[in-house]
Amino acid sequence: MNFFSRLAGRQPPSKQVAKDRLKLVLIHDRTDISPAVMEQLKDEIIAVISKHMDIDRDGVKIKISDESATESRLVADIPLLKTPRRRR
Amino acid sequence: MGAQVITVTSGKGGVGKTTATANIAAALAQDGAKVVCIDADIGLRNLDVVMGLENRIVYDLVHIVEGSARLRQAMIKDKRLPELYLIPAAQTRDKSAVSPSDMIRICDELRPDFDFVLIDSPAGIERGFRNAIAPANKVVIITNPEVSAVRDADRIIGLVESEQKGPAMLILNRIKPEMIKRGDMLSIDDVLDVLAIDLLGIVPEDEQIVIGSNRGTPVALDEKSRAGQAFRNIAKRLRGENVPFMDLDKQDGFFSRLGKMIRPGG
Ligand SMILES: Nc1ncnc2c1ncn2[C@@H]1O[C@H](COP(=O)(O)OP(=O)(O)OP(=O)(O)O)[C@@H](O)[C@H]1O
Ligand SMILES: [Mg+2]
Repeated sequence: MNFFSRLAGRQPPSKQVAKDRLKLVLIHDRTDISPAVMEQLKDEIIAVISKHMDIDRDGVKIKISDESATESRLVADIPLLKTPRRRR
Repeated sequence: MGAQVITVTSGKGGVGKTTATANIAAALAQDGAKVVCIDADIGLRNLDVVMGLENRIVYDLVHIVEGSARLRQAMIKDKRLPELYLIPAAQTRDKSAVSPSDMIRICDELRPDFDFVLIDSPAGIERGFRNAIAPANKVVIITNPEVSAVRDADRIIGLVESEQKGPAMLILNRIKPEMIKRGDMLSIDDVLDVLAIDLLGIVPEDEQIVIGSNRGTPVALDEKSRAGQAFRNIAKRLRGENVPFMDLDKQDGFFSRLGKMIRPGG
């Protein structure tokens, strides 16, 4: 969307919408991972990681990202809880 | 050396497989190659009418498979091009009348006598599609610049790879340069970006295609048709020639710069 169309309050061009929707739908088609499986994966990751460190369970985000058409990766963002620094 | 067997497929229906098969075959044959097309869309035969050969059918693919006709008997010679033949699909049977190994056997029998065997695949990912790609040396996927068609193409690319038939090549059909310019149609680069596949050709939306199928004369034989030119270019690329992608806007002077914007470098 360029400056002028934004000024005019217009929507982004439909081809951009098409491309974004396509990318998202292909991520799921290609990996065959449903949103439900992703939720389960997230719970299991939280369980494993929290055995070893204190994490902000509500802040955990996991997603499949598609930097390029040939490569996708599972990205997990796991915030750690601030804990007082321990002395050795 | 033997023929190259090229299967034209798509996943989604109605994107232009039959049109592309007929036109690429005609362009190859006009260039002097020996070509035979096989309509693998059993039960929904169409390649015969697009090629204008519907009145000459006596035997079909299923007759060959069942042994009630010899291969040569079922091959219909084109009206115009002496080195072009069609093996029509059966109209009153279903896909299960042919198996992938039947297709492999038939193509093996055709290979010594031809330069190209072109197979028009049915839509879908079931038996008919499996039959069509089984004998392929090369798979060409047709799509349109629309979300559903590109999505299905992606699925087919994956299936072709898992059948060890990849990498497939792409033809993007029914391009409307004005819509791309307006931002209302996925561009060639958008589609390639999403699919990560080699481009074999781009074919513009062209009324001549409809007129050509009305008459049973592929537009590839019409020197003036833009889509015809696109199919002739595709045929040359399949023969190993390095042909630049066409500037889709050459004719509309006002928009003539657009072609370069759509695909830098042509
Ligand atoms: N570039 C084009 N410009 C205009 N019309 C086109 C173009 N390509 C295809 N068509 C039209 O689109 C329709 C579908 O084409 P075609 O029959 O080749 O598709 P198909 O993929 O073989 O369909 P099916 O999945 O049913 O076998 C036809 O009416 C054809 O004339
Ligand atoms: Mg068809």
